[in-house]
Amino acid sequence: MMTAAIVAREVVKKYASVTALDGFDLEVAEGTVMGLLGPNGAGKTTAVRVFATLIQPDSGHVEVAGIDVVANPRAVREVIGLSGQYAAVDELLTGYENLELIGRLYHLGKKGAKARAEELLEQFDLTESAGRRLKEYSGGMRRRLDLAGALVRKPKVLILDEPTTGLDIRSREATWEAIGELVASGSTLLLTTQYLEEADRLAHRIAVIDHGKLIANGTADELKDQVGGHRLEVALRDAADLDHARAVLAPIGHGEPVATQEDRRVVVPIAAAGGVLVEGVRRLDMAGIEVIDASVRRPTLDDVFLALTGHRTDKAAQNGEGVKAEETKNEEPVR
Amino acid sequence: MSAVGLAVGDGVVLAKRNLTRTLRVPDLMMSSLIMPIMSTLLFAYIFGSAIQVPGVSYTEFLLVGVFVQTVVFNSVITGSGLAEDIQKGIVDRFRSLPISPYSVLIGRTISDLANNVLSIVVMVATGLLVGWRIDSSVGEAAAGFVLLLLFAYALSWVLAVVGLSVRAPEVVTNASFMIIMPLCFIANTYVSPEGFPAVLRVIAEWNPVSAVTQAVRELFGNTNPDFPPGAAWPLQNSILASFLWIVVMLVVFMPFATSRYRKAVAR
Repeated sequence: MMTAAIVAREVVKKYASVTALDGFDLEVAEGTVMGLLGPNGAGKTTAVRVFATLIQPDSGHVEVAGIDVVANPRAVREVIGLSGQYAAVDELLTGYENLELIGRLYHLGKKGAKARAEELLEQFDLTESAGRRLKEYSGGMRRRLDLAGALVRKPKVLILDEPTTGLDIRSREATWEAIGELVASGSTLLLTTQYLEEADRLAHRIAVIDHGKLIANGTADELKDQVGGHRLEVALRDAADLDHARAVLAPIGHGEPVATQEDRRVVVPIAAAGGVLVEGVRRLDMAGIEVIDASVRRPTLDDVFLALTGHRTDKAAQNGEGVKAEETKNEEPVR
Repeated sequence: MSAVGLAVGDGVVLAKRNLTRTLRVPDLMMSSLIMPIMSTLLFAYIFGSAIQVPGVSYTEFLLVGVFVQTVVFNSVITGSGLAEDIQKGIVDRFRSLPISPYSVLIGRTISDLANNVLSIVVMVATGLLVGWRIDSSVGEAAAGFVLLLLFAYALSWVLAVVGLSVRAPEVVTNASFMIIMPLCFIANTYVSPEGFPAVLRVIAEWNPVSAVTQAVRELFGNTNPDFPPGAAWPLQNSILASFLWIVVMLVVFMPFATSRYRKAVAR
């Protein structure tokens, strides 16, 4: 039987003016990777802070590795590793000193802390920079060091809050690789992200949070199935035809077609793939709309997100760097 | 190891981290060295030329005042150091570790104590240059320095609360000055409060800074027995009063700062 590494039931956390968590539920099975996906302000960071014992929920029940976070936070801290939203590293200390400090505070002893620090620097490919102060590290190196800091005690449950936010594409790749290796070693990982690609690539299961509530939970494939079938996507020669094309394609879809101005595309949710592509192109042709590309594809997580929350992920909306072209091309839906 | 031993042990590890940081920011080091020198010279030569205090030379009277003022001002570092660690997310990391909430605060206050020792050494040297002398036994003088450091340590916990409560590190200095300016000036540090308006005189007499300043002056032999410090109890019994103030500050502000720390998250 699978045991749960993280269990959250009906968790509520209110701040003066906002309800950050509004009856939030989550279950993460041991040894799996859960991606917690949601837009800015959805409650991801609050959830992480509750799991990591940094804040107490107003109500509800949370267990990490079977330990109640409210009743016994100290015991939870023995078994978790946390890497927060910005790299919580000391800029004036060297990479080695940062990790050694954390090791000492985990009571590994002088020798133990030294050995573990060296081991992690090696693992994260930072041995050469071990003696340099963090000030001189690149953003990606800081992230890697922060990640290493979360692993000093070989935690049962690892919690990473937006581990690649603010990184350039190359650093993000390196961080993903590092996380990928951790995952292979079998620890339980909860990962929050605004990047759909990140969740798709790293997580076994994805939980979508919005307005402090869990709104969907499943594997990437399950979520894609949940929002339904397929997508017909056409690219037009002329942006002026977009509205016309939407109207023409509406009858063959089972949802509202969405057009994006920038890349002159229209996406239509469809029930089944068979014949729709030909039918769609034929209708556009008859309407005198010139099509330069047409395809039927499965929904992306971005489509899932749009369907579930009614809005795009912030990163996709901002045309965030590093997100697959397929997911970023929709700047602003034309309505 | 006992819980207290473990908390202090972790505190020492963190104090080393703070001191390493201080050594690597020469500006910070310099300010805690230069400020006391400047204060001593400015007050001794500028105000010293105009201010008379009964019974002793102004330099003799002034120097302990400058000592106390400097350790009071240094306590701001406790608050700003904590606020900076919160902002950088480092406190989040510390709070996710299995260490006592006291450890981070003990670490901070211990390293600030070390900073105060350094400041006092510099001030003593400057004081000796401008003609100030200790006119008491070695034991009394040592007791004077210990009292000064204990007071500085207790005050660090007060300013820790400020650092843990403000929304941004930039605010710490201003917020702290609202506390420490009156503390330093409505007191017997630079002039005798005898001539203050009635309300200010009473405040000055019961100000912990006045008790400590008077006590250290007595322990250093910088007072004239023919000119008593006034009738107020804390000045008549300055050493006892100082210890009471220190105990009260620690008893109130150690738990208070710790409860603020438990709620501190990066903003």
